Amino acid sequence: MTVLEIRDLHVSVDVPATGGGEAEGPKEILRGVDLTVRSGETHAIMGPNGSGKSTLAYSIAGHPKYHVTSGTVTLDGEDLLAMSVDERARAGLFLAMQYPVEVPGVTVSNFLRTAKTAMDGQAPKLRTWVKEFRAAMDALKMDPAFAERNVNEGFSGGEKKRHEVLQLEMLRPKIALLDETDSGLDVDALRVVSEGVNRAKEADDLGILLITHYTRILRYIRPDFVHVFVDGRIVEQGGPELADQLEAHGYDRFLAPA
Amino acid sequence: MPLLEKASRQREAGEGMPPAPTQGSVTTVPEKSRAERRASFDVADFPMPTGREEDWRFTPMDRIGTLLRDTPSGAHLAVDTELPPGVTLTSIPSARARALGVPAPQDRAAVLAFAHTDHSGGVMHLQIPADTVIADPVRIRLVGSHSERVWGHLVISVGAHSNVTIVVSHEGTARLSEMVSTLVGDGAQCTLVSLQEWSSDTIHAAQHDVVVGRDASVRHVAVTLGGQVVRMSTNITYAGPGGSVEAFGVYFADAGQHLEHRLFVDHNAPHCQSHVEYKGALQGDSAHTVWVGDVLIRASAEGTQTYELNRNLLLTDGARADSVPNLEIETGQILGAGHASATGRFDDEQLFYLQARGIPEGEARRLVVRGFFADIINRIPVAELQGHLMQAVERELAGAGLAEVGTPDEPTLTATLTPTSDPRTADR
Ligand SMILES: Nc1ncnc2c1ncn2[C@@H]1O[C@H](COP(=O)(O)OP(=O)(O)O)[C@@H](O)[C@H]1O
Ligand SMILES: [Mg+2]
Repeated sequence: MTVLEIRDLHVSVDVPATGGGEAEGPKEILRGVDLTVRSGETHAIMGPNGSGKSTLAYSIAGHPKYHVTSGTVTLDGEDLLAMSVDERARAGLFLAMQYPVEVPGVTVSNFLRTAKTAMDGQAPKLRTWVKEFRAAMDALKMDPAFAERNVNEGFSGGEKKRHEVLQLEMLRPKIALLDETDSGLDVDALRVVSEGVNRAKEADDLGILLITHYTRILRYIRPDFVHVFVDGRIVEQGGPELADQLEAHGYDRFLAPA
Repeated sequence: MPLLEKASRQREAGEGMPPAPTQGSVTTVPEKSRAERRASFDVADFPMPTGREEDWRFTPMDRIGTLLRDTPSGAHLAVDTELPPGVTLTSIPSARARALGVPAPQDRAAVLAFAHTDHSGGVMHLQIPADTVIADPVRIRLVGSHSERVWGHLVISVGAHSNVTIVVSHEGTARLSEMVSTLVGDGAQCTLVSLQEWSSDTIHAAQHDVVVGRDASVRHVAVTLGGQVVRMSTNITYAGPGGSVEAFGVYFADAGQHLEHRLFVDHNAPHCQSHVEYKGALQGDSAHTVWVGDVLIRASAEGTQTYELNRNLLLTDGARADSVPNLEIETGQILGAGHASATGRFDDEQLFYLQARGIPEGEARRLVVRGFFADIINRIPVAELQGHLMQAVERELAGAGLAEVGTPDEPTLTATLTPTSDPRTADR
């Protein structure tokens, strides 16, 4: 049983200077987030654009742009915030990114094997690896030729998201943060990607933090808990029925009156 | 009509770096067209440059000065060869080289090399027979072991309709001014790789000329990793229509190194193609690279297709990359002409993405830098050379302490880092 615990997390970013003016200085984006994700649980985080959902995901994963000003994040009691980005990943954390990054000249197969080797501390056995890799691509309806393309280079939106879930399935983390893995997908791709997430969950009793703007992915990945995220905080929590309410009424009632 | 540009000179440098003192536009001797640049076999036509001339303005004149002094020398480099059957290497007088049709020297270092090779063992003449496929690469290894000035000239005659790969490598300590004149016969297919893997004290000036026969296709690859100052000028001309050239380059400059690559593709014949692609990485204080890509499409060169690209990756502060593409077009009847030049810093988002998959920082940096060079190195048609170069790049990276975890040949990870990334060959 793995537990990701986020306590009173405050995060700010340095807002860069625009138009030659002075840098604006730090801007607080997360304003006290409390959340616990355990193995086997699926938590949906729903909120309007700009509410800080990606900031939460990046901060947990350790992106250098985001500065934790107070609060704690632990994985099974270990202080995640004290770890480097790669140490957090090796501790069992996975972030499927909203905007995956192109890495020119590095093929998907080379990238994944290097990542797997780093995660396990030893190179995977070639024969089983190739078999697993092919099967995982097949299940995600990815062309085998995909393996020899450069990471995210020239990928369509759907291909990028499949590639993120491919990594999720191959690297087998304990806790996965999925940042808008559903955005930009058509209905078929949404189903394929969701099935991948559900497979990963079943295989490893994965704990999932599912960040989304829309409710439609929740038809494929059933959340145990739904959190409404507004203005850098969780403002309401509930079960799956909360998602249905959001679907019917939108975020309006959570937003501060203008 | 595809992209038509009369590009102005532009330069890019590492942020916050002061301009080089030799770079000011006021003192630079103007030049109307690249076609006006002098070419001559006569030393008197090339007075001692001041450093303000267009073609010398980036070069550290104090350090390269030794190769501009008109003094004969009997010194030469050690030569080690692998010549497949049918291929010959002989010594000829410079008058004979000139009669073969080698293009004239274009700067003082080159003209001195031409003028003085007769005193230092003569011109090396490598001959590839016509109508022959030479399966194994031809190798010429030049090794320096002293700091005496060396004047050298290699002439490569590639027979018509032959197919050959030639690797010329440079190692050790030297003060070398060199001409490499490659005359490619009609319909031949030729790859020439020039490796500069010198020791850190070497000063090297080179003029490479490639004369491309009718319908011939040539791949010219320059790899410069070592040397204190390396200045390599590569000039390409076409002896008839239908020729095709790829000129690729890879360079990696460390602290104190000056690596300069100048290209001139003279589209002087119709229906020819050229594709120039150079990539460089820089790290360390005052690492300096220069890339100048001049392409001239003359009025007679209708049906030309040309593209040139230079990318530089600044791995640390204090390094500086100058990049000057220049396209001159004298006819509208072309298929396409374009250029691109970009100098960027190491991308932290790439690093984050790789680290977020558990890959340690040093390893992630190596992956990114290997990836940056991979598309060029993978086009060198000698598999063992590809591997050798990737390892050399890793050593360069490790040199600046960027490789944080493990050494480049850390046993568990090397298998995953092969440039081809084919798991079948990667895991043996
Ligand atoms: N690097 C950054 N620099 C400046 N502002 C940022 C940065 N990252 C996020 N923000 C700001 O923080 C807020 C939350 O952004 P984000 O976490 O991306 O929201 P969401 O994912 O919910 O759409 C937005 O107002 C956004 O403009
Ligand atoms: Mg977001």
